[in-house]
Amino acid sequence: MNHTVNLWPLLGVAVIVLGFALRAHPVLVVIAACAVTGFAASMDVVHLLGVLGAAFVKTRNLPLILLLPLAAIGLLERYGLKEHAQASIARIKSATTGRLLIVYLAIREISAAFGLTSIGGHPNMVRPLIAPMAEGAAENRYPALTDALRHRIRAMSAATDNVGLFFGEDVFVAFGAIVLMQTILRGEGIEVDPLHMALWGIPTAVTAFIIHSWRLHRLDAHIAHAMMKGGQA
Amino acid sequence: MILKLDYFYLVLGAMLLMIAVMALRDPHNPKRYSSALFWALYAVVYLAGDWLSPVAAGALMVVMALIAGFGGVTLGRYGERSPEQRRDSAQRLGHKLLIPALIIPVTTMIGSTLLKDVTFDGLFLLDPKNTTLVSLGCGSLFAVATACWLTRATPLQAMRESRRLVDHLGWAVVLPHMLAVLGLLFTEAGMGKAVAHVVTSYINMDVKLVAVAVYCIGMALFTVIMGNGFAAFPVIAGGVGIPVLVGVYHANPAVMAAIGMFSAYCGTLMTPMAANFNIVPAALLELPDKNAVVKIQVATALPILLVNIALLYFLLDM
Repeated sequence: MNHTVNLWPLLGVAVIVLGFALRAHPVLVVIAACAVTGFAASMDVVHLLGVLGAAFVKTRNLPLILLLPLAAIGLLERYGLKEHAQASIARIKSATTGRLLIVYLAIREISAAFGLTSIGGHPNMVRPLIAPMAEGAAENRYPALTDALRHRIRAMSAATDNVGLFFGEDVFVAFGAIVLMQTILRGEGIEVDPLHMALWGIPTAVTAFIIHSWRLHRLDAHIAHAMMKGGQA
Repeated sequence: MILKLDYFYLVLGAMLLMIAVMALRDPHNPKRYSSALFWALYAVVYLAGDWLSPVAAGALMVVMALIAGFGGVTLGRYGERSPEQRRDSAQRLGHKLLIPALIIPVTTMIGSTLLKDVTFDGLFLLDPKNTTLVSLGCGSLFAVATACWLTRATPLQAMRESRRLVDHLGWAVVLPHMLAVLGLLFTEAGMGKAVAHVVTSYINMDVKLVAVAVYCIGMALFTVIMGNGFAAFPVIAGGVGIPVLVGVYHANPAVMAAIGMFSAYCGTLMTPMAANFNIVPAALLELPDKNAVVKIQVATALPILLVNIALLYFLLDM
């Protein structure tokens, strides 16, 4: 048995679990977990701040995807982009929330499988277009749509973007995850053809599409049921 | 290279600084001083990140977290237009409103596929290591310009609108960034070794189905903890996948890797730690429950994880 493994850093995980369970402020939970993990790995305060600071500057490319599109999206919202998206969906009589999101799931997953992951995304597609359209489609049928249903539809729109992206992109040969897997396996002396990894991802990708589409189909039934029970037609 | 990622750091830094100034001058924001300080500190990370000493940057991050964590970042007033005004301009502008919105993904796509190898005088047009981000940055700038031109609004109005959206996101803007820092710290502190050690020492993997299940569930669970499948894959593949599945059960490494990574993604769907995908959209869509997206995804992720275990079990030695 290997006794040199330091198990103390696992305390950081405990802080995260406890913090989220107690519904503490997520940012404070993260900072507390940083402190506990650092001290458990026997870093002193200055060393820990240095590690955190270096990582903070190194990962500052991450928020660009979220923040850079906001100026354009915000301006378009001011001039009625959401209202336009809702009015457009109202003209398609057969559109329902579920059907619309199934179409979006298919587009998102297939385009990601061809490496076009930038079609979609939460700030530039879901907030201004997909979620308002999904909400609009339900509102056409049930003008007195409840807030609870509105929130459910929005959350499902975001979930659909995630599911399409995750289970599509890994089928694309040149995607980062495939490159990462190849590098790690090579490090262990195993040579794998990236094309094979991409191909063996297809059964899961298809399954994900079927399962999530089924849930979107059920969402329509759920909306209809909830609105009937509420007494509004 | 001609277009560097650094330029977009400066663009974002300038944007955050403007947001800080606007927050400071907004008497309707109940905590305008701490809000302004928060955004100004974040601007420093982008404007002066290369000159900050690591310790100073770390202290800055802790101060930002404390301001946000104790409710120091609040909303102001944004002079929004009424729904009627918005509906009128939506009717007037019609499908033209979609053009700037679509410029962002289209530019990103063209930049990261067609223009990625383009050079002038031996210089790459786009930063070769960050083609997607640089293309997205260009697309965002084109989109703002087009949107201003279409709506006859000023660039200053575009800044006010980005402040409205950034303020509504509030601390959710920095959560993914701080979680990425925590992820790196976990790696540095040897979290991977600790987890692999616990998994392999306490679970008996003599039964093939158990080994397969431990591998898939381990991927998902470790991703739930780290918030990132890329962090889980090396640990669980190195701890269970290669020694047990390939070593003992002669798994096809391609199948093991592909289904393993997808199991990790099931974890990504189920964790608030993947804030970019789960918490930020909840804030963007103005949902009262910040975990609403995670909660709704669990019912998709768990069945997919089960199917993954079955697929890996039956396809193991293909």
